[in-house]
Amino acid sequence: MKQEGTRNGVFTRRALLLMAGQTAALGALGVKLYRVQVEQGARYATLADSNRMSARLIAPPRGRILDRFGEVLAGNSLNWRALFLAEQTTDVAGTLAAFDRIVSLEDHDRARIERDLKHNRRFIPVTLKEFLDWDQMARIEVNAPDLPGVFVDVGTTRRYPFGPDLAHIVGYVAPPSDADLGLDPVLALPGVRVGRAGIEQFREEELRGDAGEVQMEVNAVGRIIRELDRTEGSPGDEVGLTIDVALQRSILAQLGDTAASAVVMDCTNGEVLAMTTTPSFDPALFDSGVSQAQWNEWTSDRKTPLINKATAGVYPPGSTFKMAVGLAGLRCGAITETDRISCPGYIDLGDTRFHCWRKHGHGSQDLHGALKHSCDVFFYEVARRAGIDAVAQTANQFSFGVDTGVDLPGARRGLMPTTAWRRRHGHVWTVGDTIGCGIGQGFVLATPLQLATYVSRIATGRAVVPHVTRTITGTLQTGAKPDDYPVLDVPESALQLVRAGMFAVVNEGGGTAPHARLGLPGMQLAGKTGSSQVRRVSRWAREHGHFNSAQLPWEFRPHALFVCFAPYDAPRYAVAVVVEHGNAGADVAAPLARDIMRDTITRDPARRTVAPGQSVASG
Amino acid sequence: MISERRLLRAEPDFGLLTKLWRINWLYVLLLCALAGCGYVALYSAGGGPEPYAWRHGLRFGFSLVMMLSLAMVDIRLVARFSWPIYAAALALLVMVLKMGHVGKGAERWLELGPVQLQPSEIMKVALAMALAHWFNRASWARVGNPLFLLPPALAILAPVALILKEPNLGTAFITGVVGLSVLVGAGMRLWQMAILAIPVPFLATVAYHHLHDYQRARITTFLNPESDPLGAGYNIIQSKIALGSGGMWGRGFMQGTQAHLNFLPEKQTDFIFSIVAEEWGLVGALALLTLLLAIILGGMLVALRCRHQYGRLLALGISVNMFMYVFVNVAMVVGAIPVGGVPLPLVSHGGSAMLTVMFAMGLLMSVHVHRDVVFPDKRDALD
Repeated sequence: MKQEGTRNGVFTRRALLLMAGQTAALGALGVKLYRVQVEQGARYATLADSNRMSARLIAPPRGRILDRFGEVLAGNSLNWRALFLAEQTTDVAGTLAAFDRIVSLEDHDRARIERDLKHNRRFIPVTLKEFLDWDQMARIEVNAPDLPGVFVDVGTTRRYPFGPDLAHIVGYVAPPSDADLGLDPVLALPGVRVGRAGIEQFREEELRGDAGEVQMEVNAVGRIIRELDRTEGSPGDEVGLTIDVALQRSILAQLGDTAASAVVMDCTNGEVLAMTTTPSFDPALFDSGVSQAQWNEWTSDRKTPLINKATAGVYPPGSTFKMAVGLAGLRCGAITETDRISCPGYIDLGDTRFHCWRKHGHGSQDLHGALKHSCDVFFYEVARRAGIDAVAQTANQFSFGVDTGVDLPGARRGLMPTTAWRRRHGHVWTVGDTIGCGIGQGFVLATPLQLATYVSRIATGRAVVPHVTRTITGTLQTGAKPDDYPVLDVPESALQLVRAGMFAVVNEGGGTAPHARLGLPGMQLAGKTGSSQVRRVSRWAREHGHFNSAQLPWEFRPHALFVCFAPYDAPRYAVAVVVEHGNAGADVAAPLARDIMRDTITRDPARRTVAPGQSVASG
Repeated sequence: MISERRLLRAEPDFGLLTKLWRINWLYVLLLCALAGCGYVALYSAGGGPEPYAWRHGLRFGFSLVMMLSLAMVDIRLVARFSWPIYAAALALLVMVLKMGHVGKGAERWLELGPVQLQPSEIMKVALAMALAHWFNRASWARVGNPLFLLPPALAILAPVALILKEPNLGTAFITGVVGLSVLVGAGMRLWQMAILAIPVPFLATVAYHHLHDYQRARITTFLNPESDPLGAGYNIIQSKIALGSGGMWGRGFMQGTQAHLNFLPEKQTDFIFSIVAEEWGLVGALALLTLLLAIILGGMLVALRCRHQYGRLLALGISVNMFMYVFVNVAMVVGAIPVGGVPLPLVSHGGSAMLTVMFAMGLLMSVHVHRDVVFPDKRDALD
């Protein structure tokens, strides 16, 4: 029994020691807990918050683009789309097959869905199909039990109600490129688009708006649990254009399927009322990415639908340039208002003979008559006397060869050559070059918008700047009043002489464009024809009478041009029309310009605050 | 084969009512309180009674009935089945290696119909029973004989080796410690302990080389958790963040962001203590720790109060087992030792662990109820 006593004693001792050890061990853990929870608590608490908080930007709605009477040219429409959450179904393939039966999927849709499902986490929705119509949505809702994880959601997409009619002015949007993404974090958001052309690009900053921010609580795998805080962004500004969309569409109807451009401008303030380019393209196609086939079709078309011919198409101005040459001659004293020059049908310079368009010449005439008959020899001689630099100096005032300042991207400056320019390119300017430029051929190049600006400046004597933005969020931008523009450095008497010459072209007997008479009571149109060669006519062809431009292949025919303003005694509207390879300006471009001008004056958009049709409808 | 009736006949005043009276109801209350803590923590972890808390409560209710019934069984009858139970547990361990369910890269589970068994959990209790039985009638002198210690040493090593092979480092370690503690309680000499301690560093080096990559990663990341914040160090860092975000007073019930946002892995099992510490702060964590300590020391008191060696050693083994659960789990949660799959008894979610813990508690209560019974001097006398 003594042994049992020892055994029990040892057990008791050791058990008590063990108890002390256990208490000490758990006590040590308690101390460690204190260290982690209290002493280092603040640090770990911060870590806990940074674990769970995640800030996300919310995309602001893009600003709308309106025409001058409030018609929506670019808006946001709701895009109903079917999304799919893989985690809500047990049979992904089965659900997709069911969806395919109910709303058929394209092959490329299937490939994209497969890719997205592989890349995304299972709780991030994958887009199955966009732009659902009511019928498709109804079918999805009715079959919801067969489509676990599929739900219909609404996003926005850019909508262009007038599609191709204004594609070149309004432009289009496309998904941001990788280069854009660095500039503004908003662009990384799904569905955000960047303006890629036209006003969409030029006014990108105003249209985009400011992003809002949401503070989210997220869990370990990034799933959003709830919203903690939200600051709303501001939607993009609404941009009101100077364009009258009804006028624009009526012009387009007249241009038909030609490759042409027509610009209608309020010549008192430079507001572009219509700016048409044919053929055009559908800007909505860029929203989700253009197919390669579509792109190839556009880029291989010789009528260049993607190029805004009004601002980026450069053409030799031809005879429409003669007013500028005449004004240059008057301004630098090369001729006086009454000087007469004799036209025998040609002018010789050394052994080169420059022909007038009229084989037997116009005889002796002053500036007025030369404009009226569009005599080439007269302007050859004026240009020769003034010299190219003096011509350029005046022509620059009418926007030739300089930036018009139009608020559209990609506008070209054309070309107004000078001796210095020629020298820069390693050549010597010759008098022959000057003579060519005297009738708007040779090196001179201008865009239809520059031509419209040119006529506007002749008509008003002010350096109006063409522009298409009229208001931003309802605020009238500067440039809407004539006083916003300085008076040109050209004598008013010279301008008046030229205007009278343009009047004579249309309204006096013997003028080159009798077809362009307006036919409206009490109003006359003053204009100038032009047809600019794109190919030098050989002497042989000319002398043997074989030259008939209408028989040439399309791309070698001369461009047909007409510029005009009206009403003659109180100029308000300027129109420039260029028909690519349209042959004679007087036959093709002048009637077009007349109809456009008649339309414009009838609608009179510059003097109205409400579109003519609208007032009737609402009244 | 003896019946319980024959044993009771030896002590006629020992009826069922007396037994119920002799149960330490305060101790039962402590267990209920612990399970209650588990219910609250699991309620928060699951964001409501589903999916964890409700089942936890149900299991505890069932286990409590089992525990109280077990407490009624005569400890001498239990002692008779010590070695058969040990043998069965060993067989299960072999089976789990052959056909076990692989979870997280280790074979630990055995599926027997609807019940999932973790034989290593059963083994710890069975080992304590077997060793207690071995030393029950051993005299002080006999225990001093190294040859007498050899069979129990083998009885410890066999399951430890099998559990290591699963591999479940934490449980193997706990099993070894439980076995050793019984040896120590039984009167193992100090010099014997010293000899045992000598090869430990050597064995540790060998063991390290046989560790699985994930286990080695745990040790290296334990030494420097920030070295791999998204990989093996993730658990430790996130657990510490949860503790730290709790602070002194806690974020409040159901307000723990770490657990609710799933930053804490296995929050309902191994890391349940993190939830308690995050939501109830240091105060709550220490309160829970104190409750656990009370249960452990309570078990030790049962051992001290018992008048027979079998009960003493079994109660000691069960208490040490309980202590090891708590120590390893909490130390892991506070980042003091590398992570291992050890649950917090009666708090963590899991049926197998709950059942084995309550089974052990039933044995403990049986020891307490039968603390004064006399084991017959000779085994034959019982037959």
